[in-house]
Amino acid sequence: MPEIRVDETRCKGCELCVTACPLKCIAMSETFSVTGYYPAKLAKLECCTGCGLCAQICPDLAIEVWK
Amino acid sequence: MAEKILMKGNEALAEGAVRAGCRFFAGYPITPQNEVPEYMSWRMPEVGGSFIQAESEVAAINMLYGASATGIRTMTSSSSPGISLKQEGISYCAGADLPIFFANVVRGGPGLGNIAAGQGDYFQSTRGGGHGDYYTIVMAPNCVEEMGNFPRRCYELAEKYRLPAMILADAILGQMMEPVEFDFEPVDPKTLKAPDWALGIAAGRERRIVRSYDLREGKLELLNLERMERYRKIQEKETLHENRQTDDAKLVVAAYGTSSRIAAGAVKMARDKGMKVGLFRPITLWPFPAKALAAIAEHVKNFLVVEMSMGQFVEDVRLAVCGTARVDLYARPAGVPSADEVFTEIEKVYQGIR
Amino acid sequence: MKLINKKPASLVDKPMRYCPGCGHGIVHRLIAEIMDELDIRERTVGVAPVGCAVFADEYFNCDMIQGPHGRGPAIATGIKRSKPECIVFSYQGDGDLASIGMAETVHSAARSENITIIFINNAIYGMTGGQMAPTTLLGQTSTTCPAGRSVAVNGYPIKVCEMLAQLQGARYLERTAVSTAPGVIKTKKAIKKAFQNQIDCVGFSMVEVLSMCPTNWGMTPVQGARFVDEKMTPVYPLGVFRSPEK
Repeated sequence: MPEIRVDETRCKGCELCVTACPLKCIAMSETFSVTGYYPAKLAKLECCTGCGLCAQICPDLAIEVWK
Repeated sequence: MAEKILMKGNEALAEGAVRAGCRFFAGYPITPQNEVPEYMSWRMPEVGGSFIQAESEVAAINMLYGASATGIRTMTSSSSPGISLKQEGISYCAGADLPIFFANVVRGGPGLGNIAAGQGDYFQSTRGGGHGDYYTIVMAPNCVEEMGNFPRRCYELAEKYRLPAMILADAILGQMMEPVEFDFEPVDPKTLKAPDWALGIAAGRERRIVRSYDLREGKLELLNLERMERYRKIQEKETLHENRQTDDAKLVVAAYGTSSRIAAGAVKMARDKGMKVGLFRPITLWPFPAKALAAIAEHVKNFLVVEMSMGQFVEDVRLAVCGTARVDLYARPAGVPSADEVFTEIEKVYQGIR
Repeated sequence: MKLINKKPASLVDKPMRYCPGCGHGIVHRLIAEIMDELDIRERTVGVAPVGCAVFADEYFNCDMIQGPHGRGPAIATGIKRSKPECIVFSYQGDGDLASIGMAETVHSAARSENITIIFINNAIYGMTGGQMAPTTLLGQTSTTCPAGRSVAVNGYPIKVCEMLAQLQGARYLERTAVSTAPGVIKTKKAIKKAFQNQIDCVGFSMVEVLSMCPTNWGMTPVQGARFVDEKMTPVYPLGVFRSPEK
């Protein structure tokens, strides 16, 4: 199954990926990262199609898309 | 011997830069330097260089900032009000250690002033000119031939020490015609070594960055300290001056540029009358030949400064003699003194010497 | 499984200092991807502005120069005329390009300098802390128009693409937005064309990118993206204003 991997050291928790995901697979973590943000995460397994729209809007190159 | 050519000062300045390897000129019209961009507009394409009439002096100096960052020899020229506009860009070039070359064909000021000769931009030229802590090499020709021969030295020093260099001329030097003999063979830019900081084709090397800022704590001061050390070396090694009949003199007239030509005439009149008068003429205004002047002040206790400004150059003379001699001033702010007038001043001061 | 979005080699691999939800990071990535795709990294020289994107010289993995506020097009002109074999781009914000540097913008377009300009329009001064920009919308608040931009005091926002479209030398002008993922994809297409134009010696090309500045707008990043779509695009309509084909 395709998936995204979020680099928590780069993610600034802007949530733009959450709005960009057409299937609403992404949510924010409840614990904060070393940089002090609540990073994005793939919330629903087997939901991601690998479309990459989240990575398109991500300002911080924090999302890797694996397919 | 090279051929002698009758040239206008501004044209000699432009041709001198071309012969020294300049291949990029950006400028903007302002009197009394218009012959420089006019000359460059046809001469640059002839030698395979670029000429741009910029939308403003501000744009012109920034075109130089970009062009000289690619490692080539560049030039801009202007006159007083236009040089003020360029100061921001000159400061950036100093901050980025870019060896640009420019000329100020000074006119009367402040403000729009007039289009006649003046020396009112001395402070601006010798104290950096723009914002921040920096200096610019300043050469002051006093004849058309020097207008043509000084650009090469400006480029060489600018590149050696990585700072802007300029020629400080005036309306008289820019407009008058005299025979010129270039004292160097034309420089083929292809023979010049590309600097290791130049931007351009990066194949096979790390990327390069040209910038004038460093926001990291304490780093800017380190950069400025390194620059200060370069400035110190320049002050130690690169001053130029001319002494005339100073050895037995009781009074030495100090003047640069156009004033020094006039003063030379007055000194001759004084010598003809048996007065022991000499002439000190700095050729580099920054670095100022302070040691050479101090050496004269060891045996000469009276100086007369002649300048076409209110008393700017006189400050450097006073700093150099450092209270060991009396320094009088004959100031003609935006006026041109005659040799007779200067001679009258010499007589007045000379009579007071015991 | 395969990684489908490798980081572009034309971007230095390190975190960027921009605020959460800022559009600069998106556009930086797009430019870097384009440099990779057109294989021009080793002959590209970028001009970084004054403003938040002053740091662009740290992020692009090509030769970079950082110069005075607003003078990017003049600096780019000097580089391009000296080294025509180089690809030269100037990256500028709205205060930089449309206020202090307006003359350089207009005249480089009039001369049709063969350069590429990336113009980030976020309707505010970012680095200095949220002052009114030439592109600040009527009614929009900023630290220098706290009651909102008014016509009586501040006049009207400047529509740069529409204005430059009057110049024969402006060969390619397009306005896009990076507030949505499809918008980002369109922006990349536009910027790629602006670079390709330079390779093809077409002349002056500029892409105006409507972008978010959530921090200085006093919004969350998601609200910021919505502000671009709902408030900015009606004033700054997206589209091609000039193209070499037309």
